[in-house]
Amino acid sequence: MTIINHIPVFLVAIPILASLLILATGWYDRRFCYPIALITILSQFLASLAILLRVLDGGTIRYHLGSWAPPLGIELVIDSFNGFILVAILLLAAATIVYARRSVEKEIAPDKIVSFYVLFQLLVTGLVGMTITGDVFNLYVFLEISSIAAYTLIASSRKPHSYLASFNYLILGSIAAGFILLGIGNLYVVTGTLNMAELATLLPASYHLATVHSAFLFLMIGFSIKVAFFPLHLWLPDAYAESPSAVTVLISTVMAKVSVYALFRLLFTVFTTAYIIDSFPVTGFILLMATVAIVAGAVLAIAQEDLKRMLAYSSVSQIGYIMFALGVANEIALEGGLLHILGHAVMKGCLFMVAGLIIYRMGTSRLSDMKGLSKTMPISCAAFALAGASMIGIPPTIGFMSKYYLVLGAFEAGLWPYAAVLLVGSLLAAIYIWRFIEIAYFGDPHGGHDEDHHTHTAEREGPLSMLAPMVCLAILCLLFGIFVEVLMGAVGPAALLLLGGA
Amino acid sequence: MMENVVIRTVSRLAVPFIQIFALYVIVHGASGAGGGFQGGVVFAASFILMIIAFGTANVRRRIDNRGIMWLSVIGITIYAGIGFLALLMAGNFLEYAAIEAVLGIPHLHGILIDLVEAGIGIAVMAAMVSIIYDISGNGEESS
Repeated sequence: MTIINHIPVFLVAIPILASLLILATGWYDRRFCYPIALITILSQFLASLAILLRVLDGGTIRYHLGSWAPPLGIELVIDSFNGFILVAILLLAAATIVYARRSVEKEIAPDKIVSFYVLFQLLVTGLVGMTITGDVFNLYVFLEISSIAAYTLIASSRKPHSYLASFNYLILGSIAAGFILLGIGNLYVVTGTLNMAELATLLPASYHLATVHSAFLFLMIGFSIKVAFFPLHLWLPDAYAESPSAVTVLISTVMAKVSVYALFRLLFTVFTTAYIIDSFPVTGFILLMATVAIVAGAVLAIAQEDLKRMLAYSSVSQIGYIMFALGVANEIALEGGLLHILGHAVMKGCLFMVAGLIIYRMGTSRLSDMKGLSKTMPISCAAFALAGASMIGIPPTIGFMSKYYLVLGAFEAGLWPYAAVLLVGSLLAAIYIWRFIEIAYFGDPHGGHDEDHHTHTAEREGPLSMLAPMVCLAILCLLFGIFVEVLMGAVGPAALLLLGGA
Repeated sequence: MMENVVIRTVSRLAVPFIQIFALYVIVHGASGAGGGFQGGVVFAASFILMIIAFGTANVRRRIDNRGIMWLSVIGITIYAGIGFLALLMAGNFLEYAAIEAVLGIPHLHGILIDLVEAGIGIAVMAAMVSIIYDISGNGEESS
């Protein structure tokens, strides 16, 4: 038994201890909080990389807590699918924690900074737990940990409206959690187990039961609220727009992606394709709603006057793309969907970081106040343009690759009209991204203090700790697109695994 | 006031019994229904009764926010510490049998479960009391 066998439990247990350490040291000196959070999340990221390599090398890792074998005990499972997601979310979490420091100093009251880092750490821990657990009830527990941390983080902004946004999310999130718990309860009634692998083997015998159907619908609707799938997205724009910038980056990338992961996990490995395609055909409906989400989200994004709100609606649209993969449910489309989970996290993280930096510098996120911004903040605007190009799907960015696979998948399934909708969605994305580009690069800065802007460009752009993660993510959009083959080494097995192969 | 005296006397009598019962629930967790969560909540209930009877300020003087914070940290550290102890003894996380095998003390796992339950109980109690402090306080000594 070497230490590396215990990485799964370290990934969850150490950060919980770290969050307590942050709390305890924060009472004596606030300055200790940030380094502890930074070191913990960075080491989590490195551990997740190590574990993904091991999984790709030697197959699924199962960790039995207390050596109680499932179905009696709780197990942590890391396979190629959630190993990939784990690395993706911890990469984004690491970028966010680097970015958070200066942004938090500006946007959060000093006496709340300790609790901010504690909750930040707990949110990441909860999400990591959701990703690696192999037990549906454990999934629910971690979902609640992360949700409660998220509600509080959203309300930690100085803006008075953030309380309302948080409360809104609290109500909808609790309804979602209730639905998920009901679904899990129904599954338990039918099968008598909570272990995912065990559920997958026991469920087929009961596919005809109404209990299973209702469990499926409860879980489906619950997680649809959590991922903000189109008609259930109402909490999202306020929550994204009103929370502090660092929190927006974290919840829009890491948290949204983990909810998507949980939905995929339940649909494909607990219910399996046999259920969602043959016994209880929902993929057609999901596909339809996904296309509606893509178009409606993009149209709503175009109508926004506020940069963060625009990006929030853009998230609604992009979630549509990921759900589209779920609706098509063939290998190529799922590869596209998984790529888009990573790709969208990277590009949306970058875009929200730019928005956060603009708020840090100018104190506003209204698009009309950003005329001629490229002169004062050239690096941020360039990063926005690059990540925006990825959002539209211009080659050779990651956004292009994921949409390419999605379209190919739709073609393979013979869904020509739906593939056309994907392209329409890209065109609409081009419109809302272009709005910012046009205002930033071609708008006239108001007033005559042009000279003033030119002289201080270097130090005016923003602190390095905020610029560096932003630029890194922007460059990753490009690199992931160019070296997509490397990613496919992880995504390919994951897609096969979801479809029941491998 | 008259009823105030009644409330104070009764709660002064009741608190030790509630706490003994809480400890019983925690210790019972190793072998039957009960455990740290339930016991911790019952223990916190005794504090809540004291807050109702004697006022928040009075109870806060005995155990303030910093004390509560330390209790929750200590509680979870006990839990995770025993978990990691099992790792040191070449077992999986929280594998009591591994510790028992290495130390060679029979029935040690029962004691370890009690310790873990006590850790959980302390943390849950601290969390419950801090919630009560937050919603009953008028903003002073927050965070």
